[in-house]
Amino acid sequence: MASTLVLADLSVTLRGRTLFRLSETVRAGEVLTIMGPSGVGKSSLLAAISGNLDPAFSMSGSVNLDGQDITGLPAYRRRIGILMQDDLLFPHLSVGQNLAFGLAAKGSRAQRREIIHAALQDIDLAGFYHRDPASLSGGQRVRVALLRTMLSEPEALLLDEPFSKLDQALRQQIRSYVLARAAGLPTILVTHDPGDASGRVVTLTSRSQAA
Amino acid sequence: MLRALVLGLLLLPVTAGALGVLAPAFGIFPALGYRSVSLAPFADLLAVPGLTRAVGLSASVGLLATGTSVVGAGLIAGVLAQGRWLNRMARWLSPILAIPHASVAYGVMFLIAPSGIVARLIAPLVGWERPPDLLIVNDPAGLALVFALVCKEVPFLLLMILAALPQVPVRALGIAAGGLGADRLSAWWYVIWPNLYRQIRLPIFLVLAYSMTVVDVALIIGPTVPPTLSVLTVQWMSDPDLSLRMRGAAAAILQSGLVLGAILFWIGLERGLRALGVRAIEQRVRPQLNTLRPIGWFAAGIIGATVITGLVMAAEWSMTQSWMWPDLWPRAGTLGHWQRFAADRDILAETLILALGAATLAVGLALALLERQEDLPNWALYLPLIAPQVAFLPGLQVMMLTFGLRQGIAPVFAAHLVFVFPYVWLTLAGPYRAWDRRFDAVAAGLGAGPWRRFWIVRGPMVLAAILKAWAIGAAVSIGQYLPTLLIGGGRVTTLTTEAVAFAAGGDRRLIGVMTVAQTFAALMPIVIAITVPRRLFRNRRGMLHG
Repeated sequence: MASTLVLADLSVTLRGRTLFRLSETVRAGEVLTIMGPSGVGKSSLLAAISGNLDPAFSMSGSVNLDGQDITGLPAYRRRIGILMQDDLLFPHLSVGQNLAFGLAAKGSRAQRREIIHAALQDIDLAGFYHRDPASLSGGQRVRVALLRTMLSEPEALLLDEPFSKLDQALRQQIRSYVLARAAGLPTILVTHDPGDASGRVVTLTSRSQAA
Repeated sequence: MLRALVLGLLLLPVTAGALGVLAPAFGIFPALGYRSVSLAPFADLLAVPGLTRAVGLSASVGLLATGTSVVGAGLIAGVLAQGRWLNRMARWLSPILAIPHASVAYGVMFLIAPSGIVARLIAPLVGWERPPDLLIVNDPAGLALVFALVCKEVPFLLLMILAALPQVPVRALGIAAGGLGADRLSAWWYVIWPNLYRQIRLPIFLVLAYSMTVVDVALIIGPTVPPTLSVLTVQWMSDPDLSLRMRGAAAAILQSGLVLGAILFWIGLERGLRALGVRAIEQRVRPQLNTLRPIGWFAAGIIGATVITGLVMAAEWSMTQSWMWPDLWPRAGTLGHWQRFAADRDILAETLILALGAATLAVGLALALLERQEDLPNWALYLPLIAPQVAFLPGLQVMMLTFGLRQGIAPVFAAHLVFVFPYVWLTLAGPYRAWDRRFDAVAAGLGAGPWRRFWIVRGPMVLAAILKAWAIGAAVSIGQYLPTLLIGGGRVTTLTTEAVAFAAGGDRRLIGVMTVAQTFAALMPIVIAITVPRRLFRNRRGMLHG
């Protein structure tokens, strides 16, 4: 799957104030890191790309994925996976059910279960299918959250400070883990920590265009 | 579109009811051939013997019950707020709140009546050979009515205080005031309470308007010669002699004026008390209020004991064959009353159809609005709750009569919805909006469409709040008396209308059966709402606070 994410003259405006204006091309396997102080619009950028922009904001420009203009599509049709700084595992579902939620709808029930069991084995969490997400450690939760996203077979990945809540020891380990898994997808990583940055770095500054 | 529909549901009945009452009150009642404006209905009303006393009773009962409830709830919350007890109590408040007014009133009656359990307890001590000849229930000053209202309104106000507490920095204010030498209860009344009060003002007005105009509780335990103005109004409005409706309409107008006056009086009272408090602070008269703490505990204990013992007494009476004075326990029991009750399925069916139907529809409407991120103004939600039912429901009844609409279960259903919806919305909107919307974004990122996100992610995660709102809505419907009576035109019978019908000299065994049945029906939904999510998510620690 060789997809490319293209942001063409993408800008987000809040009450007449333009937060940023951005034109970028992120190829498959490439990581684009967005940095900048808080309030500069990093989260709005991800929301605009994923289709979750709050109605209070307005946007112009377009988002293209794999040659298709997805700007007008609802979030769930964009095939863009998101990881946030909280794992946001659905607390009422088991680990396995969380994974099943995103799993592309094909195959029988038994086949789908088999896929999930194998995937859990891959991330060293074999036998965790029926576990309560709340009983997992921080590192385990991030792994499950990433796996959930990957099983939904996205064609691009947005990472919204996904490591900021992890302690220092775990952070590097999880970071390289996530980025390794994301390889093959166009990935945008938002962070305010230079230590997290990877690949090409774009810094958003307030009320100016991206460098 | 949907929002307009819901606003119409909340506002139209009140407006139409007000218009429907205005016309006949000023002499226009085409159905009877009265077509010209006149003040005759008012003259007729003022000529009713005992009217002044009835008006005075409405005002005094309402103000006394509200004042006592506010002070009681404030004191109880103040005593409990700084400890662990507040959260423990919170769990019990919703079930207590679900118990219908009529049940609480009958429970109080079983306790304090001359042949009630309290009299039986003290009979051996003072040597009463038979029930004392005292007018304790239905006393002319309406004190029993006030007591029953306080038992019901204190838990309601406590719940409102509990909901408002997170918006006030209780701990920080308490520490600051404590550092300046105020003891804990003084800090509560002088510093925390004024900040809290603003947020529970609408509920207090609701309690005031309700206490002044309540009909079912007044019929059960209120004064009789004369009764309160609200009881008189309903008597006139349901009299077979249709011309009395004009007098009833005039009484409804008077009732509204009275409530308005009482609210204004209350606002004056607020100002006065505020000025007194400020003066006390300026003069450095800082009473050590902590000595009042036992009163708070006492008040909580009395109310809890009254409600629970009253219901236990009702349960005992419902299974009694003979219960001699001054025995504390029936001599012979029977299930005969319950068997006769079970034989009449219509009452239970109509009660449940109305309650579950109205609650479910209200929850559906509220969810649809919340899903569209719509909001409803507070005044519109509180209008049908604060506007006295006895003032506008007769108007609706007159309207229906004028336009030849049939009374029956469908209009009663709509009327219940008017009162159920605001409570459902007020219960549901907060928790629903507090839900973390990032879950929605993540689920969409996993490819889930709107329906899948609602049914599999958002719905289950806010299930506890949805069920709670549904249960409270059902309880509100089950407790409705006046809408069922007036809009149903006597054709719709629920547990509540049936229970209240026994008020005047009814058999205590039947009253016991109806009270228990009514309480049970109102409590079941809330029990379901509390236990089902716990059971479903018992292995999910992350759902404990959801």
